[in-house]
Amino acid sequence: MAIELKNVTFRVGAEKHIYDTSLALQPGEFNILLGETLSGKTTLMRLMAGLEKPTSGEVWANGRNVTGMAVQKRSVAMVYQFFINYPSFTVYDNIASPLKVAGMSKREIDEKVHRFAELLKLTPELNRLPRELSGGQKQRTALARALVKGADLVLLDEPLANLDYKLREELRDELPKLFADAGATVVYATSEPLEALMLGGYTATLKDGRLVEFGRTASIYRRPATLESAKVFSDPPINTAIIVKKGQKAKLGNVALWDLPEKLAAQPDGEYHIALRPHHLLPSGVGVEVEGTVQIAEIGGSESIIRVEVDGNIWVSQAHGIHTFDFGEKARFFFNADECLYFGDNGRLIDL
Amino acid sequence: MARITFQNVRHAYPPPKGQEPVYALKEINQVWEDGGAYALLGPSGCGKTTLLNIISGLLTPSEGEILFDGVDVTTQPISARKIAQVFQFPVVYDTMTVYDNLAFPLRNRKMSESLVKERVEQIAEMLDLSSSLTKRAANLTADGKQKISLGRGLVRSDVNAILFDEPLTVIDPHLKWQLRSKLKELHQQIGMTMIYVTHDQVEALTFADKVVVMYDGTVVQVGTPVELFNHPRHTFVGYFIGSPGMNVLPCSIDQGRPVFANNLLPISQPVSADLSGQLEVGVRPEFIDFAEEGIPVNVEKVEDLGRYQVLTLKHEKQTIKMLLGEGEKIPSENPKIQFNPEQTRIYRDGWVVEEASHD
Repeated sequence: MAIELKNVTFRVGAEKHIYDTSLALQPGEFNILLGETLSGKTTLMRLMAGLEKPTSGEVWANGRNVTGMAVQKRSVAMVYQFFINYPSFTVYDNIASPLKVAGMSKREIDEKVHRFAELLKLTPELNRLPRELSGGQKQRTALARALVKGADLVLLDEPLANLDYKLREELRDELPKLFADAGATVVYATSEPLEALMLGGYTATLKDGRLVEFGRTASIYRRPATLESAKVFSDPPINTAIIVKKGQKAKLGNVALWDLPEKLAAQPDGEYHIALRPHHLLPSGVGVEVEGTVQIAEIGGSESIIRVEVDGNIWVSQAHGIHTFDFGEKARFFFNADECLYFGDNGRLIDL
Repeated sequence: MARITFQNVRHAYPPPKGQEPVYALKEINQVWEDGGAYALLGPSGCGKTTLLNIISGLLTPSEGEILFDGVDVTTQPISARKIAQVFQFPVVYDTMTVYDNLAFPLRNRKMSESLVKERVEQIAEMLDLSSSLTKRAANLTADGKQKISLGRGLVRSDVNAILFDEPLTVIDPHLKWQLRSKLKELHQQIGMTMIYVTHDQVEALTFADKVVVMYDGTVVQVGTPVELFNHPRHTFVGYFIGSPGMNVLPCSIDQGRPVFANNLLPISQPVSADLSGQLEVGVRPEFIDFAEEGIPVNVEKVEDLGRYQVLTLKHEKQTIKMLLGEGEKIPSENPKIQFNPEQTRIYRDGWVVEEASHD
């Protein structure tokens, strides 16, 4: 389904929840809404589904204005963060429920329920009640119910947030496969940048009820149009600072001085924002050298995460291997000037 | 503060009528050293919350003893144990100010107001709550409230240990970072025993000095994050820690070396030749490289995760996951892979096979 929001706003009382938003989802693809809690993900989904009516603006579906049309009349399925199933129905009846409502024949229902139960690895659980299921099985049941309808628009609101880490990893891997054949347009809300990267497709970065940017997931990650977008799409938080450009040189306080890439050297002198991903700031290597004061070093199994103060900014270095530091230790870190993102004072990315 | 010892602790919840009891904890012998930062890591249902509740005294185990500094406290009530606990969802009094929330556990213990003030201000400072002390807790965001919960756990100086039960589950990723490093920093400053329960390996590995991995009611391995990553004793540890987890592939043994789908694999520490049981070879996605010679594979899927790429490879019917650096290239023709011999291990019935003795 082709879904488009045209200058949609949404207000409850005096409070703006969604500022003027225009967004055309990519039909038949995974469309990810990425942002923190209260950034507007759920509200946007409810507007798309027709569960809320926009304060102003229009919602279009397949070239038709559907603003204000009841959700029942649209081909929409929604899965929430908290697993919602009918507690007194077996898994079978839970999956079958939307088909019964649609008046499908018993044989057809039976065939579909079994097919989707198989797909979601629920076949052994078909006769059990929701309370006898694990968290992952409950959420798979809710997903099966959304899928079985064959809806043209599937809205998934942080569907994996309450599951175990490992289970989430497995379902993230399976989900795009499950929807690939169905041809549905999928909207997936998450607050986790890594989840967006794993699911691929297209991503809309959101901040405080505003759409920041929409485009292919990988390109938004690599070349975010604005500093805001780079911040939304980074975990750990992206390292930022203000540099002073003079001729071909960039100066970061008194801690670093480096040659700017050609395109940037041609820009007017003055202050610029930079952003650098934590895995591009390393405790050893070559390139631009910065000195900082280590606040804490966390050692994971195969990597170290070092929080360091650089010229008054708190930066994070995420490096392979084991790097230990003492609290308050002065240390040198390195980055490649080409891996830095540079933004003008309007906050927009300067293309290199 | 105290050293906490578990001796042959087992626990079963009351079974339904006519059924045998099922042990949620099978048998735990474990020492928690005074001042250590521990993580208790495992999937839901592995028994980690049961274990935590036995330490705090919410549960009395069916069998075995718990000792605090050598003194048996198995039947002691919660109040006598001096344990502070922080839960998954913030527990705060909405109508009270942040200050009064933090002061609550101290006033309960009849501490003088001047001491209360000193402690509360100290903890607020550590948690960056100083500027909100006069605010009402109701007006705080979810992470602000969880900070109060953490603060209430940390404010008492007379506790034997602080237990954290998935304290960051409801926190947004970008704040999780801050709170987690804050906790680690606090541990380094005040040196109290902390036990942190989580299903999230990233949280466990970065917080703890020692991680206790649980699976199906037992402890499968206790180790530093590096030990768990480099030397998983059980295939479950290999799978559960690391993302994606360790590849576990069926194998046979020829002259002490693993044979996977007719490929004899190099291994730094050969094992004895006559092994029985279910044999598997384990290698992490990080320790696989493309090579001129090796196991031929088809590349089924490439996921760009920013920092690195996750490759899904197929060799015959087996799926193998491999990691490749950002921007690194995949051979265009007949890709072949090799496992790092130092990091390739053999498992029998799930448990690692130690190298053959050298005598």
